This record gives sequence, structure tokens and C-alpha cells, in this order.
Amino acid sequence: MDNKEKETVINVSGLGVSYGEQVILSDVSFTVFKGEILVIAGESGCGKSTLLKHMIGLHKPDTGKVTIDDIDILNADDEMMRRVRRNIGMLFQSSALIGSMTLGENVALPLYEFTALPDETIELIVKMKLAMVGLSGYENHLPSELSGGMKKRAGIARALALDPPILFFDEPSAGLDPVTSAGLDMLIKKINEGVGTTMVIVTHELQSIFAVAHRILMLDKSKKGIIGEGTPWELKEHSTNPRIIAFFNRRVINDNSKGK
Amino acid sequence: MEERLRNKCKALRDRGTFFYLAFESYGIYSYIELLMSYAFSIKSEQNGALRLSISGSMSIENLNSMIGEFKKLFHEQSPSELIVDLASVEYMDSGGALFLFEMENEAIKKSIPFNCINISQKEKSIIQLLDKNILTQPPLVPKVKDLNLIEQIGKTSLAIYDDLIDVISFHGELVVDMVYSLLHPFSVRWRYVLLYMKKVGVDGLPILGLISFLLGLIIAFMSSLQLKQFGANIYVASLVSIAMVRELGPIITAILVAGRSGSAFAAEIGTMKVNEEVDALITMGFNPMRFLAIPKVFAAMLVMPILTLFANLFAIGGGMVVGILGLNLTLYTYVQETMNALALFDITTSFIKSIVFALLIAAIGCQRGFKVRGGAEAVGNATTSAVVYALFLIIVSDSLFAIILHYID
Ligand SMILES: Nc1ncnc2c1ncn2[C@@H]1O[C@H](COP(=O)(O)OP(=O)(O)OP(=O)(O)O)[C@@H](O)[C@H]1O
Ligand SMILES: [Mg+2]
Repeated sequence: MDNKEKETVINVSGLGVSYGEQVILSDVSFTVFKGEILVIAGESGCGKSTLLKHMIGLHKPDTGKVTIDDIDILNADDEMMRRVRRNIGMLFQSSALIGSMTLGENVALPLYEFTALPDETIELIVKMKLAMVGLSGYENHLPSELSGGMKKRAGIARALALDPPILFFDEPSAGLDPVTSAGLDMLIKKINEGVGTTMVIVTHELQSIFAVAHRILMLDKSKKGIIGEGTPWELKEHSTNPRIIAFFNRRVINDNSKGK
Repeated sequence: MEERLRNKCKALRDRGTFFYLAFESYGIYSYIELLMSYAFSIKSEQNGALRLSISGSMSIENLNSMIGEFKKLFHEQSPSELIVDLASVEYMDSGGALFLFEMENEAIKKSIPFNCINISQKEKSIIQLLDKNILTQPPLVPKVKDLNLIEQIGKTSLAIYDDLIDVISFHGELVVDMVYSLLHPFSVRWRYVLLYMKKVGVDGLPILGLISFLLGLIIAFMSSLQLKQFGANIYVASLVSIAMVRELGPIITAILVAGRSGSAFAAEIGTMKVNEEVDALITMGFNPMRFLAIPKVFAAMLVMPILTLFANLFAIGGGMVVGILGLNLTLYTYVQETMNALALFDITTSFIKSIVFALLIAAIGCQRGFKVRGGAEAVGNATTSAVVYALFLIIVSDSLFAIILHYID
């Protein structure tokens, strides 16, 4: 991407989060630019999901500020917040499908909320979105009748329902086989190129990272923040941080080097 | 500042669907949201072909009006060929792709050639995401259709029958496991029995005490209105105590425990079922009945008689307040009358009843919990039906008790 054309979509500055006594993130600052795919990676439990939830304003942080499209989402009124919510789609780590509704109804939810389309058109869009994630024909299934990976994909279909300009995916390829996972990477790239969607993706899968990421952000549990930032190749080739080297080389790191 | 706002508008417009008009007044920004619109321009060619140029935003928001406008146009013109020109489309999302597909469909229906020209690389990758064959495929399973009245009656009757079988067999299993647990006392998780005793008993006592006190008060007051006319004030004491100990005490306690704890048992086990926690326990070699149900059932059976005793005492206390303050009875006479009215038999049956009710409530709560399949809604249904079914069983068994006691007495 061209440097001078970069335009900020999301800006996180000085974000600090703690659960009770336990500090999870402290002083995290970064920017997400328009049309880029930003991957957030880091060891399990370092606060990636927590960071995503704070980026979309689900929780209030202890300190710091988050803006989406220049709107300060921590202090935005309901009207503004609704506008922001129309423009974002989120896949939760646990898929978070509504259990009492069929997949079709789940995907249709945002369409009913934000558009005035007639039922037949919504039905077509639902079919289309389910087909995109390889779940065509499953519109009348309940979430409890699906496998874990299928739930994940249904969650993606719901996040895509409105073609939102900003997408957040929490581990989209967790629980998927390599082929389906590669298909999902393709989908992510196509949507990013075609619609120009800005994407923030939490993933651990190196293959996915190299396939889709424009930039990655490494979080670390002991530092409670960002330890590295750059394109996947930059980090892989040039980083001197032992944790980042370990991540890219899939090496076990012993506890002595932790926190250094 | 103006520069910045202009850039902002442009950026937001580029992003699609909406664009915002931003202006500053009194130093405050306001954004006016406008739906970015599309426009059709049409040109009929000599050979009867229709050339449709689309400009603006082919977005999901515009999808509806685009389809409507197109259909109208198409039927008016009935061209011999359709050419769609995307050269001046500024934004397209999958809604736009769907529109293209709809146009193609219409053309196919009329069996005329369809051509889409000037597709940019961007638009191509969106169109590729849309698989045309899939849109016409039926779902793998049909929609659950609404049943007519007769079907509903039949289905409900069958469900009630199945349910009854389930409840009975669950109680059977439970009794077997209870006997096993009594023979192997170390297999019981007594720590949890204590915990549930606290939850069912101690935590429920305040509300139970309040309700029974008021109940005693009301019974005494209402009956005194009648008894006063005959100068039979003194019988208020025996009336309250007999009514409470024989019937109302166990019943009111059971209703309260069913509402507070029966439902909680169903919700707890139901949620564990939904989260596959029960399956995990089975895999680790536990018997879920002994692990989850037995402590709850034992706790309820141990604590319900005590609760009933308290309910009776509070009600008698309530009656006493009316007796002493309203009917000029002395504390001594009231207590004396109460003691005379109650036989050991009444108190024992009160205990026995409450133990049976406890078994029924806890067992139904657990049974409903274990039966949960699906998600959050199923847990809610299980909770409701645990309470309703428990109340039903309490009333039925209380009637049976009334008949049995009538013959024993
Ligand atoms: N509701 C909560 N209450 C208390 N602590 C929490 C809560 N949610 C998360 N945490 C803590 O926050 C930390 C980060 O959790 P988070 O779910 O963000 O991790 P993660 O990076 O997404 O991990 P994973 O890759 O396993 O999903 C963990 O140490 C966890 O213990
Ligand atoms: Mg997570």
C-alpha cells in the first residue's frame, strides 16, 4: 500500500484494560488504515479478544481512547453509535449465534435491523452469504445442529450480511480444516479487494497470516501490549525479539526468557 | 478545516453506501447522513437492444429500489437484448452483485441475450463471490411448518405421554442411585450437599418466614371475623395451627422451594448440558446422576422438613399477633390452645409430606435439566416446565396424602 494514501479508519490510543486486579493491556496504541488487513497475533490469553471487544465499544477501557471514522466511540451518543455499528461486522471467538434462531434468521438479523429490504430479497442475500462461507442449504438449521467449524463460518456469514466497511474477525479459521481455511483466506482477500473492506483479524495460523495480512501486530502477555508491528515478512526476517522469532518459527520458548 | 471536512466526505463516500455531509456550526461538527444514490441512464439502440448505464453506488441499501426500477423499465421497453454498462459505478458490494444476477435472470426469463460491460477488476472479484446456481437451490431441510389444530393436539398428547414415561423412569433411576449412595456414603459429595442445603434452606428462609407469618396473620384475622360472632375467639389458635401444620405449611414451603430451587436446579444442569459439561463428566467416568442430581436431591430432602417447621412456627406467630392484639387472648392461652390442637401425628405427617415434596421438586428440576437439548431457549423452557410440573406433582401427591391420611386417622 502506498504510504501517502493511508487514511485512518480506527485509532486506538493509550488503551489500558484490567479485570479487577489483573492488568491485561496497558498503554496500547495503534492505527488501522483504510482498506488494509491487520492481523493481531499473540499467545493464548494475552488479550486479543479483549482488545477487539474494546475496539468496537462493547466494554469501556480503564484508560485510553478509541475512534472509528473519527467518532470517539467511548463518548458517542446512541445515534452516532448506531451509525458506527452499521459500519462494522464482528465475528466472535465463540461464534455467538443466537441459539433459538435458524442460521438464515441469524444472518438476516442485521439486514432486518438496518435495511428496509423485502423478505424475498433478504432471503436471497442470506443464501448468498451462506454460500460464500460454504454453508449453502443450511439456512433452516439451528446452530445447535452444526459442527464447531460450521458455527464459526455461520458467524462469518452474519458479520458479512451488510457488507460492512469494517470487519472484525476473532480467530475465523480456528477449527477449520486446511482446505476450508484456505478458502476462507481467499474469501477474505476477495472481499478486501472487491469491496475495499478494512479488516482486523485475530489469528495464529502462519499460513493465513502470510496469505492475507498486510500488517501484523504482535501482542505479548508479559508486556501487556504490542511487541512488534510490521508486514509479516518484515517481522519474520528482521525481528530480534525472541518471542516474535519463536512465533514465526513455531518454537517452544522456555519460561526464563519470558518477560525479558 | 474546510479542506479536512471535504476530504472526510470524500473518504466516507469512497467507503461506500453512506456519505456524510459534515459541516461546522458554532464549533460543533454535525454529520448529515445521506444515502448515496445510484442512477440509471438508458439508451435504446437501433436493433432493439437496451443499453443500461448504471452510475453511483450499487449497494445493499439501494438494492430494493434498483430491482424495482429495473423491472418496471424492463417490462416497459421489452428489449431484444440487454447491455449493462458498469463504467461509472463508484461503489459496488454484494448487494450490487445480486442485482446484476437478478437482471440476468430477468433476461434469461425473456430469453434475450444479456451482456455486462466495463466491469472493473474490483467488481469482478465481488461478482465471483456470488455463485448463481446456489441462489436457486432449496435448503437442505425444509422450514418447520406450522401444524394445524388436530396435528397439534396429537403431537402435544404424544409429548405429554413421552414426558410422563421420562419422569417416571427418571424417578426410578434416581431411587436406585439414592439407595446406592446411602450404601456407599463416601461416594456422595457431601460438601455440595451442604452447599445446596444452604442455597435451598438458609437462603430461602427469609422470604418463606415472611410469607408464612403473613399467611398466619391473614388466616387468624379472617377466621376471627366469623368466630367473634359466636364468642369463639379461642378457636383461632387451633384453626391456624391445624390448617398450617396439616396442609398449608408443607404446601407453601413446597411452592416456594419449587420456584426458588427447582428452577435453579433445572437451569444449572440445563446450562451444563448445553455447554457439553455433562458429556465431559461422563467421559471422565462420572455418573452424572450421582454427581449432579444426588447432592441436590439429598439437600432438598434434608432441608425441606426444617423449612416446613419454620413455616409452621412463623404462621403460628402471625396468628398469635392477631390473637393477642385483636382478640384479647393471653400469650399463655394461645400457646396452650395451639398445643392442645396439635397431635404428634399431624407434625409427623407434615414432615413426611415435606420430604416427599422435596424429592419430587428436586427430581423434576434435575430431570428437566438433563433433558435440555439445544441452546439458551431450551434452558429457559426447562426452567419453566420444572416449576410447573413440580407444582402439579405437589398438588397431586397432596391429594393422595389427604386420602391416605383420612383412612389412617
Ligand atoms: N470476563 C473476564 N473476567 C476476568 N478476566 C478475564 C475476562 N475475560 C478475559 N479475562 C482475562 O483476560 C486475559 C485475556 O483474555 P482474552 O480472551 O482477551 O485472550 P486471547 O488473547 O483472546 O486468548 P485466546 O487466543 O486464547 O483466545 C486472560 O488472561 C483472561 O484470564
Ligand atoms: Mg481470544
